[in-house]
Amino acid sequence: MTKKTSATADKKADESAKSTSPSASAAINRQLTNEARIDLFRTMMRIRRFEERSLRAYQAKKIGGFLHLYIGQEAVAVACCSLMGKDDHVITAYRDHGHAIAVGMGLNELMAELYGKATGCSKGKGGSMHYFAPDRNYWGGHGIVGGQVPLGAGLAYALKYKGLKGAAMAFMGDGAVNQGAVHEAYNLASLWQLPVVFVIENNGYSMGTSQSRSSAGELAKRAEGYNMAWGTCDGHDVYDVRAVMDKFLRLAREESKPAVVEVRTYRYRGHSVADPDNTYRAKAEIEEYRRTKDPLLVFQNMLTTEGALDEAQIEKIDQAARAEADAAAEFAEASPFPTPDDIQKDVYWEADNPSERKSQGRLFFD
Amino acid sequence: MPVISYREAIRHALAEELERDANVVVLGEEVAQFNGAYKVTEGLLAKFGPKRIVDTPISEAGFIGMGVGASMLGIRPVMELMFWSFYSVAFDQILNNAANVRYMSGGLINCPIVIRGPANGGTNVGATHSHTPENVLANHPGVKVVVPSTPADAKGLLKSAIRDNDPVFFLENTILYGDKGEVPEGEHIVPLGKADIKRAGTDLTIVTYGRCVLHSLAAADLLQKEHDVSVEVVDLRTIRPLDIDTVLASVAKTHRVLVVEEQKPFASVGSQLAFMIQREAFDELDAPIHRLCTVDAPAIYSPPVEAEQLPNPQRILKAALEVMA
Ligand SMILES: Cc1ncc(C[n+]2csc(CCOP(=O)(O)OP(=O)(O)O)c2C)c(N)n1
Ligand SMILES: [Mg+2]
Repeated sequence: MTKKTSATADKKADESAKSTSPSASAAINRQLTNEARIDLFRTMMRIRRFEERSLRAYQAKKIGGFLHLYIGQEAVAVACCSLMGKDDHVITAYRDHGHAIAVGMGLNELMAELYGKATGCSKGKGGSMHYFAPDRNYWGGHGIVGGQVPLGAGLAYALKYKGLKGAAMAFMGDGAVNQGAVHEAYNLASLWQLPVVFVIENNGYSMGTSQSRSSAGELAKRAEGYNMAWGTCDGHDVYDVRAVMDKFLRLAREESKPAVVEVRTYRYRGHSVADPDNTYRAKAEIEEYRRTKDPLLVFQNMLTTEGALDEAQIEKIDQAARAEADAAAEFAEASPFPTPDDIQKDVYWEADNPSERKSQGRLFFD
Repeated sequence: MPVISYREAIRHALAEELERDANVVVLGEEVAQFNGAYKVTEGLLAKFGPKRIVDTPISEAGFIGMGVGASMLGIRPVMELMFWSFYSVAFDQILNNAANVRYMSGGLINCPIVIRGPANGGTNVGATHSHTPENVLANHPGVKVVVPSTPADAKGLLKSAIRDNDPVFFLENTILYGDKGEVPEGEHIVPLGKADIKRAGTDLTIVTYGRCVLHSLAAADLLQKEHDVSVEVVDLRTIRPLDIDTVLASVAKTHRVLVVEEQKPFASVGSQLAFMIQREAFDELDAPIHRLCTVDAPAIYSPPVEAEQLPNPQRILKAALEVMA
């Protein structure tokens, strides 16, 4: 098997990146066609190339505010979202680009949002941390650490209330688990048996703080205190994430039971692109992960071993992802900014739907 | 006098107070090993060690509440909020516990806690990260609220805040952190509740605070040069206690007032000022009191549009000319 393909051209591929998964034989993975497997790989590649392109745009000062990259964690969102049925829903924090692409949002509207353009998915109002696509059951994109987690329980509450057999996935980081709102949501979910899976994307760090400096005990095991099921999985391995998440999503959909799943993953870039990332972890640690655990590399090796992919196809997928990301940047560049008149739109439903307004009095002040 | 940045001025105040009083402790997210999300606390861990400079988990309700509790027993915690925007997570601790415990105990208890961090828009971080809660905080009797605009004020006010026996909420600005100015070395104290005339003038009083002071000074230059209007800029520095006397003295001189604030308009600091000015100095006024705020909506992300949502020299100039018309 050749390792040196374009998917790994920006780093040194290594024999030690695993090429088989103990979870490949799980039923949920066995049933995947080759085309479906390639699709998973393609989505991961599109996330990677989109974010690399957005980083360049940030460096060129096309993007303001924060940019939290998901690079290194792609397998998690792609695997989880690949399990979504029509009544399954997703909510996450500010590191939200991967989930957005995994639920099927287009790169154009996502890039345009980063550029602050009116053609962005939130019309330039939300920025990188606030992507939303309710039509794809994607409820954001939230900037306050832990704040989205009760909302995830709320999505599950609504599903149960309406009698729908779906599940909500509420993603959070390893730092977010220490927010009070998260614990309150855990308790509510268990007390009321809500169909929600709390997914902890444990990338080892919350900003510059390692897990051991911020959290007492095992993260997912806290579920036991709330009498909830829990599990862990390898976030570098799409098959493993799918196998474990499938189990808990079924529990949620079929028995309306909540669970906590801790996904072990790693981010390769700084916390945000403003983080010089030179104080709290060793360069060698990052390199080791990139060399041996990069989810794209790992999955590519698995697919090559399975015979589902060859080098020419990988190259094609990579080139297409790069071209798509470049085109998205061109689209964003060419799009108009919102105008100052847009500032006060989208604040109140009633103000945006004046013919249906029922309240009286002034809504806005100066 | 040494010229240092606003960030360094705050750091010097922290270091000097840590040195002076063994009960002063700095706690917050990333304040120690990471040297601060905005590098305000850089070097403090190395100098004072892990007992005095403490990294916390992302648990604002927990660690702010802990600070309030510790202050009841005589510790003087200086807590960093990475952004004041995250105060809402700790709202109960700040506004039920810190603000009320003295009253509810009939004066038996006091909370010498300082909570500090940036509170500003203008860096395109969107609606959740751009709150300016000085009005919300100041609405609560029992607390003090400080918003410094210059390095010298930042240092002198923070030293006062740390020595104060009431809870003091200290609102900084990420855009000002790099700004430089002359700052006295060592014991430089600015008392809480004392406004400062940042520019003297005769035709119009601009009452403002925080970064809007700088915008107002820029607008005042333009007004002088292009419109021959002489503007007096009053920097409140402290929102509560409020130095209304300095404001009224200026109004008595100019007879026209514009309040400029990076605040949403409804029940803002300016609302309170306008009420007090009309009540105390109605006969002095030659024109209605005017106010320039942030455009009334959550903070927009789009970088060029956010600049128009916030007060800026051009918007201030326009509002000032309306008062002068
Ligand atoms: C309530 C709150 N406190 C602090 C922050 C600042 N902040 C943003 S992300 C972050 C670290 C979160 O780490 P983690 O939950 O592990 O997620 P990751 O960034 O690793 O994806 C912090 C402290 C915030 N946005 N909200
Ligand atoms: Mg993390």
